Amino acid sequence: MSVETIAGRDIQLNEEGFLTDPTQWNEEVAVELAQREGIETLSDRHWEVIRFMRSEYEKKGAGPSVRMLGKASGVPIKELYQLFPKGPAKLAAKIAGIPKPRGCI
Amino acid sequence: MHRIVILGAGTGGTIAANRLRKAFTPGEALITCIDQDDRHVYQPGLLFVPFGLTHPEDIVKPRGRQLHRGIDYVMSAIESVDLRTQTVHLASGANVTYDVLVVATGAVLAPEDTEGLTGTGWMEKVFTFYTPEGAAALEAALATFDGGRVVVNVVEMPIKCPVAPLEFCFLADWYFQERGIRDKVTLTYVTPLDAAFTKPIASARLGGMLEERGIELVTEFNTGQVDGGEGRLISYDERVIDFDLAVVIPAHNGAAYVMSSQGLGDALGFIPTNERTLQSLAAANVFVLGDAASLPTSKAGSVTHFEGEVIVENVKRFLDGQALDASYDGHSNCFIETGFSKAMLIDFNYEVEPQTGHYPGRVGLPLMKESRLNHLGKLMFQWLYWHSLLPGRDIPGVTSAMPTAGKTGAALPEKEEVSS
Repeated sequence: MSVETIAGRDIQLNEEGFLTDPTQWNEEVAVELAQREGIETLSDRHWEVIRFMRSEYEKKGAGPSVRMLGKASGVPIKELYQLFPKGPAKLAAKIAGIPKPRGCI
Repeated sequence: MHRIVILGAGTGGTIAANRLRKAFTPGEALITCIDQDDRHVYQPGLLFVPFGLTHPEDIVKPRGRQLHRGIDYVMSAIESVDLRTQTVHLASGANVTYDVLVVATGAVLAPEDTEGLTGTGWMEKVFTFYTPEGAAALEAALATFDGGRVVVNVVEMPIKCPVAPLEFCFLADWYFQERGIRDKVTLTYVTPLDAAFTKPIASARLGGMLEERGIELVTEFNTGQVDGGEGRLISYDERVIDFDLAVVIPAHNGAAYVMSSQGLGDALGFIPTNERTLQSLAAANVFVLGDAASLPTSKAGSVTHFEGEVIVENVKRFLDGQALDASYDGHSNCFIETGFSKAMLIDFNYEVEPQTGHYPGRVGLPLMKESRLNHLGKLMFQWLYWHSLLPGRDIPGVTSAMPTAGKTGAALPEKEEVSS
């Protein structure tokens, strides 16, 4: 756990870089978190996914899996990998300021 | 007279029906159980079929016969549930109305969700052991396999019995040694997770067990395509893994009718459910147990068994107009078959990681440790399943709430010690 200054705010991150308190998140924080992950600018499609992640988290208390994102976010899985390389569910969750998807147990 | 309708006559539906039948007199409640066929598969047995250790016919019994007298068994596929009119529409054309609905229709395999998986090579070079047919076909293929690369691939979580693919690897290591060709076989475990398993401490232990056995581990691999003709797994980020034989655990969905039932399930057909009371979030008179539920615990028979007690209590309370019992703690345990007639046992819940020690008390089966006793436990469990668990009898010492008496590890909150 560490506290870092992101977009001018003190934000608590866990050891993997996920926000520990999703209420500390805002859009400026997302932009800076994305840059740290090598995504220089967030396109409308990025935002579509990020907003979907936030709303799923608010409804269910957990972020969706990649396949759920592909089925329900309106962005196909191949494009998700272009937008958020390597692990879209994980990376989008990190940028959206919600916990790492549990991937189930 | 209350009308209680149970969808599914597998582990969860059978336990719920039999326990509810005991909880209500025939004059108090009419209990109906619906399933699409009469084949109740003892699913933990599927793992042993590919290695010739059991046979499909030995792990299947008629569903209807596992249900107690006084339970009306209806065999039909389900079309949809109308939550507003409290009606289940059946493929047979019949409609069944309910006061309380218990959903226990499990998870279904969705191999068609992965490009190429059911194409060229399916059931010839690409198999799954998650169905009796697939497990039997794999047995035949393994028997004539004389060397090459075997990959075991989990396409995506959640899956039923999340340790089963690891157990498959351990047993395959044993099996090829027994046949004297282990040195000609490369075994590779390919998972979308970032480690061997989901729970960090058990994951480190299981990861170590793969390494000891010379089984390669490939993590964060999200299978986008299976090319059975060329023998290649291709991930969404275009990594390629070659194979001579692939054992694939396809993605899982909820039962198809859930998607046709307005408001009942999520995009994958699993049912959002209160994790403590097991009441669905869609309607107060709908309860969910087993793999059908979208809960942060394993999709496993032990979970379903432990949920059974809570669900019966809550159906009673709901019908009596009382507050629900919020006591389900996510308790889960499983025997992990590790080969050479040994097994390991893990026990955990929503908050507490698997620990070392003994289960269910100070004198009991060793936890997190390979032992012959656990292997015998796993074998004996099949008998208990049909004769004790399904009929809804209590197994001495085995309770819904997770025990702590025999555990030696400190109570560790989730996600601690990940890095150690």
